[in-house]
Amino acid sequence: METRTKATTAWLNTVEYRELNFAREKLVINPAKACQPLGALFCALGVEGCLPFTHGSQGCTAYFRSTLSRHYREPVAAVTDSMTEDSAVFGGQNNLHEGLKNAYTLYQPKVIAVFTSCMAEVIGDDIKAYLGNAREKESIPQDFPVALANTPSFKGSHITGYDSMLKGLIECLATPRQADKINDKLYIVPGFDTYPANLREYKRILKLLKALYTLLPDNSDVFDAPNLGTYQMYSGGTPITEMNDALNAASYLFLQTYSTPTTSKYLASKEVPVETISMPIGIAGMDKFIESVAKFTGAEVPEEITFERGRAVDAMTDAHPYIHGKKFALFGDPDLLIGLVTFLLEMGGMPVHIVCTNATPTFITDMESLLASSPYGQEATLYAGKDLWHLRSLLVTEPVDMLLGDSHGKWAARDANIPLVRIGFPITDRVNLHRSPIIGYSGVINLITMITNTFLEEVDRNSTEAHFEMMR
Amino acid sequence: MSIKETTDFRKQVVEDVLKIYPEKAKKDRRKHLAVKEDNCEGCAVKSNSKTVPGVMTARGCAYAGAKGVVWGPVKDVVHISHGPVGCGFYSWGNRRNLADGEIGVDNFVPFLFTSDFQENDIVFGGDKKLETIIHEVMGLFPNAKGVSVLSECPVGLIGDDIESVARRTSKDLEIPVIPVRCEGFRGISQSLGHHIANDAIRDHLLGKGPGREVGPYDIGIIGDYNIGGDAWASKKLLEEIGLNVVNIWTGDSTMEMLQNGHLVKLNLIHCTRSMNYIVKHMEETYGTPWLEFNFFGPTNIRESLLKIAKKFDQTIMEKTLIVIEKYEAAMAKVIESYHSRLSGKKVMLYIGGLRPRHMIGAYEDLGMVVIGTGYEFAHKEDYEVTIPELKEGTLIYDDVNAYELEEFVQKLKPDLVGSGIKEKYVFEKMGLPFRQMHSWDYSGPYQGYEGFPIFARDMDMAINSPTWKSIKAPWTK
Repeated sequence: METRTKATTAWLNTVEYRELNFAREKLVINPAKACQPLGALFCALGVEGCLPFTHGSQGCTAYFRSTLSRHYREPVAAVTDSMTEDSAVFGGQNNLHEGLKNAYTLYQPKVIAVFTSCMAEVIGDDIKAYLGNAREKESIPQDFPVALANTPSFKGSHITGYDSMLKGLIECLATPRQADKINDKLYIVPGFDTYPANLREYKRILKLLKALYTLLPDNSDVFDAPNLGTYQMYSGGTPITEMNDALNAASYLFLQTYSTPTTSKYLASKEVPVETISMPIGIAGMDKFIESVAKFTGAEVPEEITFERGRAVDAMTDAHPYIHGKKFALFGDPDLLIGLVTFLLEMGGMPVHIVCTNATPTFITDMESLLASSPYGQEATLYAGKDLWHLRSLLVTEPVDMLLGDSHGKWAARDANIPLVRIGFPITDRVNLHRSPIIGYSGVINLITMITNTFLEEVDRNSTEAHFEMMR
Repeated sequence: MSIKETTDFRKQVVEDVLKIYPEKAKKDRRKHLAVKEDNCEGCAVKSNSKTVPGVMTARGCAYAGAKGVVWGPVKDVVHISHGPVGCGFYSWGNRRNLADGEIGVDNFVPFLFTSDFQENDIVFGGDKKLETIIHEVMGLFPNAKGVSVLSECPVGLIGDDIESVARRTSKDLEIPVIPVRCEGFRGISQSLGHHIANDAIRDHLLGKGPGREVGPYDIGIIGDYNIGGDAWASKKLLEEIGLNVVNIWTGDSTMEMLQNGHLVKLNLIHCTRSMNYIVKHMEETYGTPWLEFNFFGPTNIRESLLKIAKKFDQTIMEKTLIVIEKYEAAMAKVIESYHSRLSGKKVMLYIGGLRPRHMIGAYEDLGMVVIGTGYEFAHKEDYEVTIPELKEGTLIYDDVNAYELEEFVQKLKPDLVGSGIKEKYVFEKMGLPFRQMHSWDYSGPYQGYEGFPIFARDMDMAINSPTWKSIKAPWTK
């Protein structure tokens, strides 16, 4: 065996190392994906009075809660039924029953969202049957709603867990679709979106468009709760009544593509009209959202929105010299990446390395055609299923000007000596980024501000005295 | 209120809090809650038992204890989170166990290495994959001194034989490969994970290194994970009194330090909960003595330094006295400067390993009083040494859950709560000052004379921040 006795940082930065790094087949280093139950928990918190409940080992829940709390700097309420070694032998039914009873009594939820973690799945617990028995044993009242989702960590990622839980919540809470009961609402599904400000922005725009809508799920008030001097464990969420009527929606508009395919397919199977658009990042993305909603309402788009759009475009033309031709590397969830690449291409920015650990075949096709559609996308390569250690090799061997991604990218950015603009999840080393939208026309302005000012800050910090100028 | 009245009031609080529980849960939880009384009758609490399902516990799992706490900080070893992606992802880069070294060359602390199990691995087993992964690790990181394999839940459930893989790869690659059976379902908290991790070090590394000459002042620090640089602050102080810190377990640690843990004159143990196992083993097997110490706050520091110095010669004692004198003057100034802002302030703590006891003195040095304390995963012996240190009327809560802690805090009305990230924002929303006492709220170090002024500043900042005054809108009632 050939052993390299003295590895060095310089060696890590070589093309030779990059080849070695890309040759690995099984080892995953610094992946940009979390696991299914985190997504399920995240989804469940978007329903009024809903208590997320992990059926599995207790450590999982501690991890989900702390990960979300670190990102949002908000409390995250969720329980677990704390399965231990004996549950591995006898199954977790007793834990589930006792857990439901205690959680129901202590925390008085309106609905409990049960989702599994690995242990329960590996031993083959039948949560549906267990739930039936729980009602018989009166651990919870007969008619108390409990939504179910199977979400082991060894399948999909946090976005698929979100999808499964969303379907589970609708299945649990919605009454069957009835032709004479169709409501007049547009149900909007944001997808796995970690910006409460994005959800608030959707609501603001929908109001301007005078659309009758329901945002499902809506965790904006949970993850961006006001400090009023009291703690509200259940703050906000899609009202239960709206959940009950979810299958009678006039129509659905999905604002992400890859975090909700199961739910949208399920709704379509129930004859519910469904439309899916890309996460509305960038002008064209938001235009599509406005047009879809306007088509639903049948009303004209108000001038106010046209002006708002115009202000965003004004910001684009103002700032284009700072982004045009700049090279970017990006990593994150599929929906976010499609949105950010759309935005960059609109600005004349050039995506070069795009790393998506939790890519799907549809996403790969979609991203490739998006890149092919623009002269600014020609230098880009999509690295599907790759991780941030791959990304590091890319950054040090084929340099770019900026990295876009979550806080986990900070080491790779540091090694490549480029700035990281934090977009995505989790962001644990900066404050308040989730409080400003990245979607919509205002999101366009915010993205331009973050990216441009970061570049300019670099210029100022690194310029010689002779080139230290008042204007940039 | 008199002490008696306070005690009775708090006992009533416990009763009131228990009322809502279903019978079975009530019976269990009652045993974990107590109020300290002078004669200490009835103030023993039950601990280290299964968490009541569904109550919103703060506890984690064996994997968290083994990977997150004990193994993760060892910097020159690659730690593979073996199993699905989640566990590794959530324990990646968020414990603040600082390490000094070249990242990717001889420091792997800021990494997540995972075998990212898929359904196929569950069905067909992950041993082959693990073997490939270990080879890939050594190809990409040839300076790694070893590989640890930290099992996640599925590994133990599907019957994988990671021990065989470890033996085989260790032989092929000529490096230690350490299997750690810390599946999350084992035990009832992080605690068993600590124990399993200790046993793995004992079985695979301790005493198996090249060895070294032991100098007269060589000591080891055991059970300090260098949160926010704590171990460095302690090391500096110990070196100032003339001792030579050759090993730290496991903050900023190396494999060689783990191999040579017994090759010292004295092991100083900081976190007894997570590493008492190994110091006892080193004493029994190699005759290496150990001593518990506490470097939080000048009172504890003085007591510990003197205790440590007594184990050595007069030179060390003389230096120690000089060091104490030198710093205590500075510490007195720190205390004085915060006195009017902190004295008499009440604190409630709920933390892990040793801090619910060790931190008390530091607060008391500032004139503050701890009125409630509890551990996430302590054992009987931890409470046995904690309870005598508590003031009469102190509320004690073991494995307290979100509901109970919120109720206790609302009834006891402390000026400051010190606990973890999961608790932090609940109390801040109530308008209550809070500090994370696992991560030092991204500050630190808090240990040693270097840490105490930072600790004092942070507690003052939390309690006296003007931001709390803005909560109430002038137009609300």
